[in-house]
Amino acid sequence: MAEECCVSGGNIMILSCSGGSNVGQLANQAAVELTQEGFGKIYCLAGVGGRLPGFVQSAKDVDQLIVIDGCEMACGRATLLEAEVPIRDYLVVTRLGIEKNHDFNLKREDVDRVKSAAKTSVLASPSREAGA
Amino acid sequence: MEIKVLGPGCAKCQKTEQVVKEAVAESGIDAQVVKVTDTMEIAKSGVFGTPAVIVDGQVKAVGKVPSKQDVLKWIKK
Repeated sequence: MAEECCVSGGNIMILSCSGGSNVGQLANQAAVELTQEGFGKIYCLAGVGGRLPGFVQSAKDVDQLIVIDGCEMACGRATLLEAEVPIRDYLVVTRLGIEKNHDFNLKREDVDRVKSAAKTSVLASPSREAGA
Repeated sequence: MEIKVLGPGCAKCQKTEQVVKEAVAESGIDAQVVKVTDTMEIAKSGVFGTPAVIVDGQVKAVGKVPSKQDVLKWIKK
């Protein structure tokens, strides 16, 4: 966090559900790999859920934000709404045709499908800075 | 009142400090403006990026230079 001075346009916050199923962990793994590839940065959904002020305000102010939920329980979405953080880009893994189960041996093609969908969603959205 | 401006020292961080100091001077409120440049200290606040402004422990802005009007609103509450 705060590793770079002066966050500029194109900075993307990624919040994933990271829940106790294959789709929750697919959301998390996609967020990790997107961060490693330089497409945005994974951030702490738990910090927002815990109402830690630095986390909540960061989510409100960031240029672009995507929430990746595993399933239709939509815990990530609910967490942001409870913290009064507007939902911008939003993705649900099961809507990509991936069935929810408790097999944590994640498939490479499923991780790639989630990453691709997240990129498509973010790139289709204008950043706040660009729209300002 | 304590106002912390978080940022290692880039142009936007310096601008934020300047805006905050101008707002404090204009308001006449007794406030101490503290510049936090240590990256470990900044990380403890949990902010996603800098500059960031914290007023009496409440994070008010992250990753952007606030307007003087914004700062006046925060410190007059």
